[in-house]
Amino acid sequence: MRLEPIASPSAARRIMPPVLAILATVLVASLLAMVAGGNPFAVLGLILKGAFGSKFALLETLNSATPLIFTGLAIAVAFRAKLWNIGAEAQLYAGAVLTVVLGTGALGLPAYLLLPLCAVAAMLAGAMLLLGPALLKTRLGVDEVVTTLLFNFIFLLFVSYLLEGPLKDPMGMGWPKSARLLPEARLPRIVEGLRLHWGFALALIAALVIWVINTRTTLGYEMRAVGQNAQAAAFAGIPVTRVILKTALLSGGLAGLAGFSEVSGLKGSLTSDLSPGFGYTGIVVAMLALLHPLGVVLAALFVAAIFVGADSMSRAAGVPSYLADIMLASALLFMVLAILLTKFRLRRD
Amino acid sequence: MDLLDILLSASFWAAAIRIASPLIFATLGELICERAGVLNLGIEGIMVAGAFAGWIAVWAGLPLWGGVAVAMLTGMMLGLVHSILSVPFGLSQHVVGIGLTLLATSLTFYTYRVVLPEVSSPPKITAFQPYEIPLLADLPLVGPALFSQTPLTYAGFILAALTALVLYRTPLGLAVRAAGENPSAVAAQGLSVTAIRMGAVIVGSGFMAVGGAFLTLSAFDSFFFDMVNGRGWICIALVVFGAWRPGKAVLGAILFAAFDALQIRLQQTGIGAVVPYQVFLMLPYFLSILALVVMSRRAEVPAALMVPFNKGER
Amino acid sequence: MSTTQKAQVVLRLQGVTKRFGPVTANENVSFDLHRGEVIALLGENGAGKTTLMNILFGQYTADAGSVELFGVPLPPGAPRAALDAGVGMVHQHFTLADNLAVWENIVLGVDHLTAPSLKPREVKARIRDLSQRFHLKVDPDARVGQLTVGERQRVEILKALYRDARILILDEPTAVLTPQEAEALFATLREAIASGLAVIFISHKLHEVMSISHRVIVLRHGKLVAERATDTTNREELAALMVGAEVSAPTIAASPPGAPLLSLRAVSTPDQGAAPGLKALDLDLCAGQITGLAGVSGNGQAALSDLLSGLIRPANGEMQLHGTTPHRWSPRTAIANGIARIPEDRHKTGTIADFDLTENAILETYATRFSRRGWMNWPKARAFAESLIKTYDVRCPGPDIRIRLLSGGNMQKLILGRVLEEAPDIILANQPVRGLDIGAVNYVHSMLAQARDRGAAVLLISEDLDEIMRLSDVTHVISEGRLSPAFARGTMRPEELGSWMAGHGFDSHGITPGGPDAA
Repeated sequence: MRLEPIASPSAARRIMPPVLAILATVLVASLLAMVAGGNPFAVLGLILKGAFGSKFALLETLNSATPLIFTGLAIAVAFRAKLWNIGAEAQLYAGAVLTVVLGTGALGLPAYLLLPLCAVAAMLAGAMLLLGPALLKTRLGVDEVVTTLLFNFIFLLFVSYLLEGPLKDPMGMGWPKSARLLPEARLPRIVEGLRLHWGFALALIAALVIWVINTRTTLGYEMRAVGQNAQAAAFAGIPVTRVILKTALLSGGLAGLAGFSEVSGLKGSLTSDLSPGFGYTGIVVAMLALLHPLGVVLAALFVAAIFVGADSMSRAAGVPSYLADIMLASALLFMVLAILLTKFRLRRD
Repeated sequence: MDLLDILLSASFWAAAIRIASPLIFATLGELICERAGVLNLGIEGIMVAGAFAGWIAVWAGLPLWGGVAVAMLTGMMLGLVHSILSVPFGLSQHVVGIGLTLLATSLTFYTYRVVLPEVSSPPKITAFQPYEIPLLADLPLVGPALFSQTPLTYAGFILAALTALVLYRTPLGLAVRAAGENPSAVAAQGLSVTAIRMGAVIVGSGFMAVGGAFLTLSAFDSFFFDMVNGRGWICIALVVFGAWRPGKAVLGAILFAAFDALQIRLQQTGIGAVVPYQVFLMLPYFLSILALVVMSRRAEVPAALMVPFNKGER
Repeated sequence: MSTTQKAQVVLRLQGVTKRFGPVTANENVSFDLHRGEVIALLGENGAGKTTLMNILFGQYTADAGSVELFGVPLPPGAPRAALDAGVGMVHQHFTLADNLAVWENIVLGVDHLTAPSLKPREVKARIRDLSQRFHLKVDPDARVGQLTVGERQRVEILKALYRDARILILDEPTAVLTPQEAEALFATLREAIASGLAVIFISHKLHEVMSISHRVIVLRHGKLVAERATDTTNREELAALMVGAEVSAPTIAASPPGAPLLSLRAVSTPDQGAAPGLKALDLDLCAGQITGLAGVSGNGQAALSDLLSGLIRPANGEMQLHGTTPHRWSPRTAIANGIARIPEDRHKTGTIADFDLTENAILETYATRFSRRGWMNWPKARAFAESLIKTYDVRCPGPDIRIRLLSGGNMQKLILGRVLEEAPDIILANQPVRGLDIGAVNYVHSMLAQARDRGAAVLLISEDLDEIMRLSDVTHVISEGRLSPAFARGTMRPEELGSWMAGHGFDSHGITPGGPDAA
């Protein structure tokens, strides 16, 4: 038996992987729900209801999808160039820290200046954080998976230090949290009275921009060439190192924007539990989207729905909300497997 | 306390060996996988699962060594999942590993909540106790440091010696190393690269899980969610630091653990009053990155690491 | 051979047939191999030689037919069965692990995996014994990565002998050897045959086939088309049988040289691991000339190719392009200076397998010709790919399919078109026809000749001495990073070039590794 590539997969074959992966994931979740003593249909129903059952639930899902779109894009951009950025978590916090530094300070700028300033600073901070591992990779050949992972731990400790030291809110009654952002540094809500903030719109725009970069620009072509075959790319004259560094800046910048959006749009201040692992979940989002920027939006909505839904399901049915994390991890593994099985067919010799 | 005083105290070295023990198990496990050509990034999750499985088995009434066995089996099951996806299917070892870490971690936490729904703090077990090896334990400095550890630590050192012996002195070890250097050479001899690599990943994952179980069964006596805390990733750096050799990897783990023990002690000195504690906690991670950078120029990397092998391809 | 006729039949193939989908790789192939006999298996690339051997080694299962070893039927699809029965194979691409010692490579897979020990001392003693008996000199403790290609082949043969192989299959064994090394190999083989070994010798080099074999079996399109006793046939007949018809290779007439377009003066580059760099090399590539570079693989060809491709810079010495020294040097500046580069490995270096033909066609020129201010012009790129497909006769369904689905010949035509469309005046062709069928080989050669006639300077790097001697106006030999003097067309016999390839002659010409500066 061996795997044989299929020359030109049909459209049906191409959309099959996500469908198969979601079906298999639902199956796994049902089994686990039963193990925990829940009725699988009730549990799945509660998840759906918790995610989409009301206007409040839907907005909550959209809000939760926002940082995942950013981190998902960050990962998708990097993985397409085979830059294994597992450090989106730290890059997100870097963006959040810069947003807090500028957004609580006495710059005295109006909102239309302060907000873009915070956003750009957050992008730069995220980008700089990935530049280190990217340089270690291109200069010394150090595997970026491990370095970006380790940077997550280092940077979270740094954030913890900041929140207990220089950035600590003097009014915070001793809690390790930052001061609140000035009103001028807050992203407004899209519709007054509804919790959805402009970060969501910004995420959609980011997805569109990445899509245009991927399909219409030389950078998109270069990033894909480097990812597919760096040796051939270098031989053809594509500046591989520069492309990897540009990819790192773009990817880190997107993750940094996630931090900006969360602090400025949602939380208003920085705590060390700002992100419950958005950086890692972004990997799942990107893979479910087959690294396609518009697919990232859909995948982020799917993942956010599971998280939001599982939270409310857990309160109602008593099945631990970690079910959501299991669903995501298995969705990721099923997805890569399904991609393989639809790209190839088994053939007997 | 003076730095020299710390470095000359037996209790310091005893702590270093204790901290090194889980790293030794997990590093050996990763080393076996990588020697066969598979990067196993599931290590972090497998350690979490192993820590939980061993502990819950003992809590449920199994003897301590039974807990170790349960942890090992848990790791091997997860290794089986990894190896199926990464070896015959040849999927990206990066993605499979990260996915497995996420899966193993979330499955562990889920199971914890299902088994212990109402507890606020996890129950304690009676962990492995230090066992003084007669005569050797009476040696100055070395005795208390090396020979007054728990049996699981001794097992780690024995395992390291065994791993080295098998890798370098047996046909099986040669086949594993060849599978990581040039799988076609293995296939040309009619041996199954798939079976060898899968076997290495399964066994290696078992060792990783025991490394995790060391935390709950020997270092502490209970299970906490964040207890593995990046140790798996550090072990990946240690494999590189040890140039894919068991002996050097064990030395690297001890060196690393000594730094860790040192930073804990330094926190309690005058320096600790000035420097924020987070800086000390960062040191292990910085050290790991430093190890990767220093060793990056060396060419000992198994040549076929992360290269999937397909029989039909040439 | 009357003696072998009576000898024991060690291998018998009967009616072996193997199909891959619509493609028939082997059809009804039958022959016998006798003790002490050498059969040459002759055929073009794709004639089915490799498939046949893979069936013998259990990698594939035949659709029909049977294989018998020493009178015992071979179970299909069992990789170890042939090995255990005493068949050894020396693959074209060596199956050795560089980071392991020689003895470890040899003993790999001999003992069962459950055996408790490797017994290194006994193994090494046996290897030394064998290597003395068959004149295969090699140090059992050396790391394979540090050995020369010739030494590696000895390790492969020792591997088979160590297993008491009674049948030895050699797949293109001389492709990587100098003529002298090949002679030494033949001497070893003759000794082994005398002690009863049977050999299948896979090759397409007719003179070797004539020199070593007793019988010749010719495969074409998977079928056994002819079987001849070697002493009743000749090279011309075999060539015609192999390709099916009289094939006329393009005739390349001599042409007067023009001015040097690219000159290297005392250029050195660092060694790359086991592969030597260039050692104080002088070279002129002149307009209207094909300069051939002969040599055994791994003697500095890669360094020279990388240098002209723009991947590396001279560490010492001077490189002049059109009379000036380029002050920045990269693949892009090489292309901009009119250098066309046909890389050695079209799969890994020349193309991106999962890119479609359009994306591959513009790989070198997307920045200059198919984009403006960073925005891609895809319609123009696609039109360009379509014109390449038409002009260079690339057989494919269209520009939107992934290039991995193309045959090697069509892939090479696209690469050729991609660089020739830039009207280059210097062409670097590194092994441009390796692995291609005769039709594609002739096409590539005639394109190179045409470019020369236009006035381009062509550097042809090849391990195939026949190819070099047929095409080149002047020939250099490269050995351990050193370059021989230029030999004009028709002034050297293959044996003389072979002597240079083996490294003789450099010292007497005062060409030392250190170069004139060091001396």
